[in-house]
Amino acid sequence: MKKSLFLSVAAIVGLSAGVAAAGTLDDTIARGHVKCGVSTGSPGFSGVDDSGKNVGFDVDYCRALAAAIFNDPMAVKFTPLSSSVRFTALASGEVDILARNTTWTYSRDTDLKQTFLGVTYYDGQGFMAKTSLGVGSTLELDGATICIQVGTTTELNLADYFKANGMTYEPLPTSDNAESKQQYLAGACDAYTTDASALHGTRINMENPDDHIVLPEIISKEPLGPLVRHGDDQWADVGRWVLNALVIAEEKGITSANIDSFADTKDAEIHRLLGTGDDDMMAMMGMPKDGMYNAIKHVGNYGEIFERNLGATSGINIERGVNNSWTNGGILYSPPFR
Amino acid sequence: MSSVKAPVEKFRLGMLLGDTRYRSTTVQVIAFIIFVAVVFWLVDNTIKNLALLGKDVDFSYLWMRAGYDINQRLIPYTNDSTHGRAALVGILNTLLVAFIGCIVATVLGVFVGILRLSKNWIVAKLMSVYIEGFRNIPVLLWIVMIFALLTEFTPAPKAFRGADPEASMIFFQSTAITNRGTYFPSPIWGEGSTYLVIIFALSLVAIFFFRRYAKNLQENTGRDLPKFWISLAIFFLPTLLFYFLLGSPITLEYPYLKGFNFKDGLYVRNSFIALTLALSLYTSAFIGEIVRSGILAISKGQTEAASSLGLRPGRIMNLIILPQALRVIVPPMISNYLNLTKNSSLAIAVGYMDVRGTLGGITLNQTGRELESMLLLMGFYLCVSLIVSAIINYFNRSFQIKGM
Repeated sequence: MKKSLFLSVAAIVGLSAGVAAAGTLDDTIARGHVKCGVSTGSPGFSGVDDSGKNVGFDVDYCRALAAAIFNDPMAVKFTPLSSSVRFTALASGEVDILARNTTWTYSRDTDLKQTFLGVTYYDGQGFMAKTSLGVGSTLELDGATICIQVGTTTELNLADYFKANGMTYEPLPTSDNAESKQQYLAGACDAYTTDASALHGTRINMENPDDHIVLPEIISKEPLGPLVRHGDDQWADVGRWVLNALVIAEEKGITSANIDSFADTKDAEIHRLLGTGDDDMMAMMGMPKDGMYNAIKHVGNYGEIFERNLGATSGINIERGVNNSWTNGGILYSPPFR
Repeated sequence: MSSVKAPVEKFRLGMLLGDTRYRSTTVQVIAFIIFVAVVFWLVDNTIKNLALLGKDVDFSYLWMRAGYDINQRLIPYTNDSTHGRAALVGILNTLLVAFIGCIVATVLGVFVGILRLSKNWIVAKLMSVYIEGFRNIPVLLWIVMIFALLTEFTPAPKAFRGADPEASMIFFQSTAITNRGTYFPSPIWGEGSTYLVIIFALSLVAIFFFRRYAKNLQENTGRDLPKFWISLAIFFLPTLLFYFLLGSPITLEYPYLKGFNFKDGLYVRNSFIALTLALSLYTSAFIGEIVRSGILAISKGQTEAASSLGLRPGRIMNLIILPQALRVIVPPMISNYLNLTKNSSLAIAVGYMDVRGTLGGITLNQTGRELESMLLLMGFYLCVSLIVSAIINYFNRSFQIKGM
């Protein structure tokens, strides 16, 4: 692990001839596929299905991006990245976009020189414990040993939360979700903490999900979203507006199934979005006129992506909650497409 | 009269390569220039690329609040401490593993190396299996396997609870082995314990002088005192005597189950045990081979000469063979100690917070300062390695034949 980290660092700083600060979209088009960094395995967000195909909420975002650029949702090269090497991989150009349940924070935006494109999922940090432990609240965990993934924001939230509540704990650091799960199941820690969405996904994959509960407290704000390197605003715009388009599509009721029925709608914004009107809006960022049409046609709108990967049909069964369009009581709200 | 002068040859540029007097200097100067150019190019390229990425080289993050917790701390540390202090906690954890690992590996290695030469067929073969097994499997696998064994096959703390618990403490209810670590009783230093420590130190000094006296006595008169038993008595008796005279100033604090975990006592985490044990076992296999090669390097005539003088086998090994074998054994030991120290950076595999885990892990991730953290880490391992080499080289000189 040390070696790979060192090589990554060496790759950025030493021998690489320097990542082009601009023109990522041109490079991507010339290459023929999007280089997308995803997590090494987080149920519902990124994983591999039985046929070896990448699936998940974060994966589908990259597929929508590829469909918008190439009219082909499969034109993506996925790179699984652990939480420790993800920013290095993005900075070095190994991937061009990171859709890896990454929390948008101030220091990552400024000090790490990343540009966050928006929020795909409003999450929060939670705790999971065994039902047999008889714990009903996070506040009863004083003195507990807690499994936690190193190099994540959850580590800092955990320290802050226990301190604020005058409690102590013993951290058991692990390198990824799989190892945390194993330690937790072996009883080496009393509780496992990470983003609540990942806890739900992990719990549903347990042998007996009913033996485990996700405690009700959410101790932090974790807005997860895709991000790119600082310095290429055109590429950032493409990523940001593909995400916005998926949200607008749900707001307008456009799905992958009914998208063609909007060809002669009277709603001018839909024509601008899908490229079915006279104006070529997409040319403003150097993209094909029907880019958003292709993205929605191939991958579906935000609601479809959510339902497929995290909702009832996926078995993970996460409620939409705040991750719903503002018209449905959520906080997803895209700027207008004009 | 004119004296005969040696013909003065005029210096020509071609002589820099053609003349053997100048050639080696020329080559060295050229090599040096190329080296400097390459280093300059690398540094320059690095700075330019960093500037292109909008990054600068800045170590000020070491004085900023770390914000995360570390489970094993040898010095006071909270999440309010700085990243620099977190790095120091990690450094001490690394040194602890390296220090204990080197001692255990040496003891085991010497033992295994000697036993592999045993005339007892079964013992010799068992040691061969041990050595081949440990040194031919990557140490990372040993670390992970020992950790998995400790985690999966030991009881959780809650198994100790209740009227009829599934697990119980061992050694008169003093020690608890759990799947998180082992809790030992820890000493409480009461009033008067300082005197006890002083007395203990004095008895160590007394042992030293006694052994010198016994050695002189044997060399002068040939009388052989039972050195081992007398040393043992000096080691224990005065301290024990004063322990009771002072009214038992040192008491033991036993671990007890409270809440989710055991409280009090000395807590040795499974990550530490797994890492230290795996590194020791792995390195001891190499040390065993070095010891064996050292012993085999001493000619058989030495053993025969010693036994013809009437020495018993144990004394032949201690007095004749090992002192000479040490000259062969010590130099390659350095590289094994260094390997053990460097391999300790695999600690992250079991979540042991060594310097690679704090400075090169969490701090690096939270601050995004990859280059700075990696440079500091490399500097640290380089310094430790050089210091260890220097110390062993110092000892090595005292083993060599004097006056050579």
